[in-house]
Amino acid sequence: MAEPNPSATEAAVRARATGLQVGEAVKRFASRMPLHISIIGLAVIWSIPTIALLVSSFRDPGLVVTSGWWNAIKNPFDFTLDNYQTVLDRQGMARSFMNSLIITIPATLLTILVAASAAYAFAWMKFPLRNTLFLIVVALLVVPLQMTLIPVLKLYVQINESFGFLNNEIPLLGGRWFGTNSYPGIWVAHAAYGLPFAVYLLRNFFGGLPRDLFESAYLDGASDFKVFTRIVIPLSMPAIAALAIFQFLWVWNDLLVALIFLGDPDRAPMTLTITNLVSSFGTAYQLLTAAAFISMALPLVVFFALQRYFVEGVLAGSVKG
Amino acid sequence: MIGRKWWVPWLWLAPTLLLSGVFLLYPVLDTVRRSFIAEGSDGIFSIDILGLGLVIGADLDNYRFIIDNPQPLVADTHSALLNNLMWLTVFTAITVALGLVIAVLAARVRYEAVAKSAIFIPMAISFVAASVIWRFMYEFNPDIGTVNAVLKEIGGEPTRWLQDTGAPQAPFTDLGPDTLPRPIQINNFALVFVGVWMWTGFAMIVLSAGLKGISTEILEAARVDGANEWQIFWRIIIPNLSPTIVVVATTLVIQALKKFDLVWVMTAGKFKTDVVATLFYKEAFLFNNPEIGAALAVVLLLWVVPIMVISIRRFQFQEETR
Repeated sequence: MAEPNPSATEAAVRARATGLQVGEAVKRFASRMPLHISIIGLAVIWSIPTIALLVSSFRDPGLVVTSGWWNAIKNPFDFTLDNYQTVLDRQGMARSFMNSLIITIPATLLTILVAASAAYAFAWMKFPLRNTLFLIVVALLVVPLQMTLIPVLKLYVQINESFGFLNNEIPLLGGRWFGTNSYPGIWVAHAAYGLPFAVYLLRNFFGGLPRDLFESAYLDGASDFKVFTRIVIPLSMPAIAALAIFQFLWVWNDLLVALIFLGDPDRAPMTLTITNLVSSFGTAYQLLTAAAFISMALPLVVFFALQRYFVEGVLAGSVKG
Repeated sequence: MIGRKWWVPWLWLAPTLLLSGVFLLYPVLDTVRRSFIAEGSDGIFSIDILGLGLVIGADLDNYRFIIDNPQPLVADTHSALLNNLMWLTVFTAITVALGLVIAVLAARVRYEAVAKSAIFIPMAISFVAASVIWRFMYEFNPDIGTVNAVLKEIGGEPTRWLQDTGAPQAPFTDLGPDTLPRPIQINNFALVFVGVWMWTGFAMIVLSAGLKGISTEILEAARVDGANEWQIFWRIIIPNLSPTIVVVATTLVIQALKKFDLVWVMTAGKFKTDVVATLFYKEAFLFNNPEIGAALAVVLLLWVVPIMVISIRRFQFQEETR
């Protein structure tokens, strides 16, 4: 390190100081190299699988199964939309995309509506067994979904047998009014499966709103409905947005519930159609990758557009408590 | 608080109580009941209530099936239980550790947001799409499969990542119970890695938020006192983050226990990769043994009980301090 040197001129001291700074910077950079390498390395490793999928889906169908996707980088303009064309035309992917939307959007809205009203009661009303009931609802979070399928399926079949009018076709939308092979049937099922997490998340958020707000509203004679729609919902938009994204992704990505309750291929969502593609085309990766990317596109857009809310949702669900 | 009619809260709760009762609570109770029903029941115990002819019979045959493992070729219950234990420990440990390391490292660079996005993206991908992605990555042919291509490049032998049970004699068949001591099962680790790929983002985001909550003063004070980064990590970051780590680990353990989709779409439980949930699904929907399936589901639930107790304690503590 620099020793005091009384004979040095001011300029020399300054030069030496600058030299030290440059040296420090180089040393600092060198000592931080392992840091940069590990972070960038991990980020690259994490991205490669998705990039491989994306690149493969645009390659010539003949090439995908004979040469590695990384070869495509050598002549990067040799891409084609053929795979997407094939998948959308022949495999009913366009219809499945519509089905996924028809299933996902109402199911998400229904979950939010049902959970928000319960969360309001749990957070701001007094009634016997309040905490116990809340704990039971949240504890149901750990129930493995597969466990519920047989009892619920039996119930649906029974409903279809007992109430014949529910088996009629819904005009325009298609499918039955309720039970198996019906959109409303799967909306309700998804809403129920999403409830434990949704109620937990929203109740925690509602409970954190300032108490004064409620007390003055009640004193002014506001009804519960008014407090709920004018105060709770507007103030809780971040939590509701987070929940909406979660539930959207969860329902959009679901395979099992659709497999059991929507057997009809005309009603099948993307996940089900891709699974069928996988079992019939095994290693025809050019088709599988294109199909998989179509199914990923919307979630990825949602994710990038609303990443901030998504992150908040993860945190609200697990840390804030 | 305003004076509400007693039934008002119940009105607000009704849809939730109805739906979670019908779709979650009732199925759980029904599954427990069915797990005690066996074909040609010889009844381990039965009680005749008050001599009224109301007989409660319970039969443990389904549970004995899980313990005795009589059909190791088609439904290896022991292997499924072991695999679940493996998921529980290995998946949780690696995901928490990686999430923590990335959170700590990323906080030191300027491109933190970009790096974190890359890690987080797999969270938005469905298991079905992930299975397409990873079958492609794990493809045996090193001209197509990325993992084997890399392995070949550095001088290794291509591996059948999803089939290789690691058993010395029959490397990739699921014929016959191997009586040899079970070595490390490569395909299980390959599956666990896909799980890690999908969940590290979650662990990272939550831990990263916890990390930002540690006051910079404590960190600065430690640095002034001459602590190196290693000491800071172990003596300050880890103890301060431990509540967050517990939350993350709890969520991951529940995920590991319920693990179904990933295994089902990747291998359908072949080559000894079954976990309890996939075996349950097979028994219930493919082998037409819903009672054995029910018993497996109950075993799964029993594993979850301790976690539930911990979470409830945490909630009660938070309520007291609210």
